Amino acid sequence: MTDTPVTLAATDGRAARLPQKSDAPLALRGLTVSYGEKPAIFSVDATFPAAQMTAIIGPNGAGKSTLLKAALGVIPRLSGEVTSFGEPIDTARARIAYVPQRASVDWDFPTTVIDVVMMGLYRQVGLLGRFTGRLKSRALACLDRVGMGGFADRQIGQLSGGQQQRVFLARALAQDADLYLLDEPFAGVDAATERAIIEVLKSLKAEGKAVVCVHHDLATVRDYFDHVFMINVRKIAEGPVDTTFTSEALNATYGGRLAATHIDQLRLAEGA
Amino acid sequence: MTPLIEALLLQAGYNAALVAVGATLLGFAAGAAGTFLFLRKRALVSDAVAHATLPGVGLAFIIMVSFGGDGRNLLGLLLGSAVTAGIGLLAVEWMARRTRLAEDAAIGAVLSVFFGFGIVILTVIQTMGSGRQAGLESFLLGSTAGMLFQDAVVIAVGGSLAVLATWIMRRPMTLVAFDAEYAAANGVNVPAVDRLMMGLVMAVTVIGLKIVGLILIVALLIIPPVTARFWTERSNAVIWYAGALGGLSGYLGAALSASAPDLPTGPIIVLVSATLFLVSLLFAPVRGLAAAVLRHRRFQRRVHRRQGLLALSRSEPIHDELTLRVLRAEALIRADGVATETGRAQAAKIARDERRWDVAREIHQDTGLTGRYDGLTPIEQVFAPDEIAEFDRRIGGPRAVAGGV
Repeated sequence: MTDTPVTLAATDGRAARLPQKSDAPLALRGLTVSYGEKPAIFSVDATFPAAQMTAIIGPNGAGKSTLLKAALGVIPRLSGEVTSFGEPIDTARARIAYVPQRASVDWDFPTTVIDVVMMGLYRQVGLLGRFTGRLKSRALACLDRVGMGGFADRQIGQLSGGQQQRVFLARALAQDADLYLLDEPFAGVDAATERAIIEVLKSLKAEGKAVVCVHHDLATVRDYFDHVFMINVRKIAEGPVDTTFTSEALNATYGGRLAATHIDQLRLAEGA
Repeated sequence: MTPLIEALLLQAGYNAALVAVGATLLGFAAGAAGTFLFLRKRALVSDAVAHATLPGVGLAFIIMVSFGGDGRNLLGLLLGSAVTAGIGLLAVEWMARRTRLAEDAAIGAVLSVFFGFGIVILTVIQTMGSGRQAGLESFLLGSTAGMLFQDAVVIAVGGSLAVLATWIMRRPMTLVAFDAEYAAANGVNVPAVDRLMMGLVMAVTVIGLKIVGLILIVALLIIPPVTARFWTERSNAVIWYAGALGGLSGYLGAALSASAPDLPTGPIIVLVSATLFLVSLLFAPVRGLAAAVLRHRRFQRRVHRRQGLLALSRSEPIHDELTLRVLRAEALIRADGVATETGRAQAAKIARDERRWDVAREIHQDTGLTGRYDGLTPIEQVFAPDEIAEFDRRIGGPRAVAGGV
């Protein structure tokens, strides 16, 4: 497929290109998703680099979460191509860990904290494999890493919002993946949890893993992330925070919905 | 009571024993197979599936008769019911996935249309006058009068397979029921797992037609898992608890109905199952209503105790009856409302802990620790002794206080 010239419907009026084979942890080409006839994301190209933390930012309804879900095949895509580490997404799944939004599950489900973390090992254990002591201690180690070591046998409904988010992160850690995709991991969590999560994500980055977060807090983009991807249905900009996170790009992304005073406080990169 | 005891010991005759064994196995299979349907919050789909079995029963009868066979061959009838139940299931799935209709509307449409169609076919069969049609209506509410050994074998084999499949597939089904998006991201084929859950339910429905009938089988699929949920916080345990509760309902229900003439088996089984549910709803240790009321009252008393002691420490008068009663019960105040020795010590401790918390919130800005301030958790459970000593140093008050009596 890569050596055949293909005209992609990807390029949104720009000249068609040959698809380049990318070894990036996650690469999207011409990704389009629509609900009915209204595109949620339209013809998005993106490359998420290894050993970096990337923020996906954009206004509400801009397709941030949709982008992640479509890349993973959680929702069907209308067109476009997704590769992970140079392979089709389906063959790379063992290397990818996904952290959905906390609100997407029923927290009264009959399960305990440690059971949720072990869900991250289901793929490895298979249908009938046993959870050996080694796997259990690995799950416990993941809980320790997010500061929830003492909570293993709690029913998940007894957790605070921040603790729920930490458990979800521990489940992703248990997968021992190379690419971590997180959907709004800091939404509605307490300050201590936010610090604990960012510490874990930074250590993942230090291990060479790619971390991609849908992020809503523009004030922390500069502190937390290396790379930024700005979207409002279409891609607006992508690149290093230092050069890409500019007031022009923000205005283009948010369409003037950000107050000028707000933009002033963001310690933006110099405009191009 | 003797007939009941005979029935419970399977001594009430061959047919009654057969029914009791069959109902127990069916109850177990239905409870276990219904668990994930309940956890996936799709319990009512089983009602549509159950009602969609009726046209299949009628059509199978017509086909078998027109080929010159015995129209009442059970395996043939069950096969027919499985076919239309499967079509009904796919119709619900298709409408929910491909149209703008929500699943509840799809269930309503499929349930009524298939059931109506089934009734029409049964009416047509009655006009066929072949004389052999008697008994098809028994699939509506179940009938155990003419139960054969082979019927029990069908239930045993089919039920075991359904339980086995539930156990083998418990991990993907747990994933899908708890967090379908995460399951999909992990490469689990969510629609296929959903279809499997429904397929298991369909199998149990079909083998249960004979004993409880298509209208009430849904109760056996839903009530035992709901009841089991009151007793455990782990999904794997829910499977076995639900199976046990369903089996118990089947066994007790069959014995009860055998102990008196003219008690219908299926409805009695459902009533027994509902009784177990009611008992669990009221008396389950953590999730039951009684436990919740008790917890609330205990909490209320703790709040009143603290408010009362704070009032004592500020020498404010206490008017609330409950507060006075709580303080009197612990001998913190005398009958005339004056604080006792212990009461004054406790009041001083509470007042000091309040000041400690004020300091703690100044020092520890992070909500992780100070967020646990509710006025009821003793500060010693949140902070280490050296931290508390630091608070005291800042308060500058007396460090040594009469022990925490």
